[in-house]
Amino acid sequence: MAEEEFTVSSLTGVDMTVRIAGPGTRSYAFLTDWLLRLLLALAWLLAGSLLRLLPRIAADASLAHAVMVVAVILALATYFLYQPVLEVLMRGRTPGLRKAGARIATVEGTTPGTGALLIRNLLRLIDALPVFYVVGLTCCLLTKQRVRLGDMVAGTVLVLDEADSVQSLGRLSVQMQRTALPAEALQLIHDLLDRWRSLEEAQRTRLARELLAKLDPGFDPRRAEASSARALQGRLEALLAGKRGY
Amino acid sequence: MPVSADTEAPAAIWIRTQAPRWEALAAEAAAAPQRPHATVDEALHTLRTYRVLTQHLASARELLPASLLTAALQNACATLHAAINRAPRLTGAGWLRLFRDEIPAAAAAVRALALWLAALLAASALAGWWLINTYPDLVSLIASPRMIDGVEHGRLWTYQMLNLAPPALLSARIFSNNVIVILGAFCSGILVGLGAFYMIAYNGLLLGGLLAFAHQHGLELGLVKFTLAHGPVELSVMCLAAAAGTALGEAVIRPAHSTRTESLRRRAAQLAPLLLACVLLLLGCGLIEGFLSVRAAVSIPVRLAVGLGYWTLMLLWLGGRLIPRAKAQATAR
Repeated sequence: MAEEEFTVSSLTGVDMTVRIAGPGTRSYAFLTDWLLRLLLALAWLLAGSLLRLLPRIAADASLAHAVMVVAVILALATYFLYQPVLEVLMRGRTPGLRKAGARIATVEGTTPGTGALLIRNLLRLIDALPVFYVVGLTCCLLTKQRVRLGDMVAGTVLVLDEADSVQSLGRLSVQMQRTALPAEALQLIHDLLDRWRSLEEAQRTRLARELLAKLDPGFDPRRAEASSARALQGRLEALLAGKRGY
Repeated sequence: MPVSADTEAPAAIWIRTQAPRWEALAAEAAAAPQRPHATVDEALHTLRTYRVLTQHLASARELLPASLLTAALQNACATLHAAINRAPRLTGAGWLRLFRDEIPAAAAAVRALALWLAALLAASALAGWWLINTYPDLVSLIASPRMIDGVEHGRLWTYQMLNLAPPALLSARIFSNNVIVILGAFCSGILVGLGAFYMIAYNGLLLGGLLAFAHQHGLELGLVKFTLAHGPVELSVMCLAAAAGTALGEAVIRPAHSTRTESLRRRAAQLAPLLLACVLLLLGCGLIEGFLSVRAAVSIPVRLAVGLGYWTLMLLWLGGRLIPRAKAQATAR
């Protein structure tokens, strides 16, 4: 059975949990990176082809050949070294992983070293077998921590990147200082606003009205603004910002 | 979510007293991972922040379990945990240790396996020789029609390579081909060592078969002459990479630690430096092959000197005798 998170022991004795990214997140990140590196490699080839059209280069056959050889080498280097190089430079992240909201971590929850990142990339040779990462994906589906062979050997795990939520601590701090709303009420408003777009119009306006009726003394459900979703959303945001309510 | 009167009071008091501190703590949690080099004061500040954050996390879990605040504190702690425990960047002393200690140690760990695989390479080369000598028609399985045609007309394919590409490009191509072979040998070792055995046996078979084919047309000396300068190190590196791969397979079959995954992970971390050494040695082989081996004019003694010299250098390095410890320590200072 796959796990959704794993526990990391800290020196202070307070354990932390890290959420594991599943095969969907992994595939999404890989495809995004694959598209990016393909485009970059094609850009090198296009640049090489365009340079060959320059009169000075076109006149010299050996120079034109050399330009194309360099373009091909750069394109291949970009295509094959994109992931290992970026993972090392961006400390376990690539543009694709960033977009998918994931990062590579060690099984201890730390940022992996260069050696581990290179090993996990090297093992792509096996994970990619026989075609389309069948070995890697199968391994990912069968293992508890959703890892492919490369991750197993390197001791890494693909985890959900919570770096953005670090900022949310700062925001929460500000909100909690401005408003007298209890933490649970703040959470309910946050939850509702986070899911605002995914909820149906009738459902979100009903939930918003019920919440505002309890939390905002100035809110009158009979007034016209109580029926407009936009107005309700604005009122909830104002509550969070401490401009209304208690 | 029910808001009970019992939990509301202590939670509310705690939030009111602590909330002003979280903004600064969050700022430090966001800034610490971005610092490439932290001063001692910055590092101590980060550690203090981490300690305070974990205390707050423990309180939040007690007072407001499964809340947004607990999640935010937990993420801030995890971010700082990763930042505090991140591996140091490789400095000059680190590189020196890698080349002086870690690479020879990794080579020593697979020495016996490498010798066994060298024996397998020799045995499969003999088998290849016997096979092509006994059944000459089978050469079409291991050589392209162009190679066969060239040898049948008294020309070795090896010396034609220079006509097709300039030496630098040829070196790059040879290097990349060799790197793919050794990486393949290493990685396929994870398949309980069978992949590495296959790579070695296949390459030995090719070597022996092609030598036998050249011998049938009186060109064996030319082929030996061609491989003299780069061959010893290239073949040794292949055996080393395959031995490292086999050692990975061994970690799966006979785990030396609590789990197979842990065993595999530790073995890979131990052997990774050896792979770096293999790649660097192959870079030298590529240069020798592209600039020296393909030139028919280079005499046998020169090739022999280069081949033996490079091989000795490799043995000294992997044996841990190339960079003497005292001298190395003096350099590190």
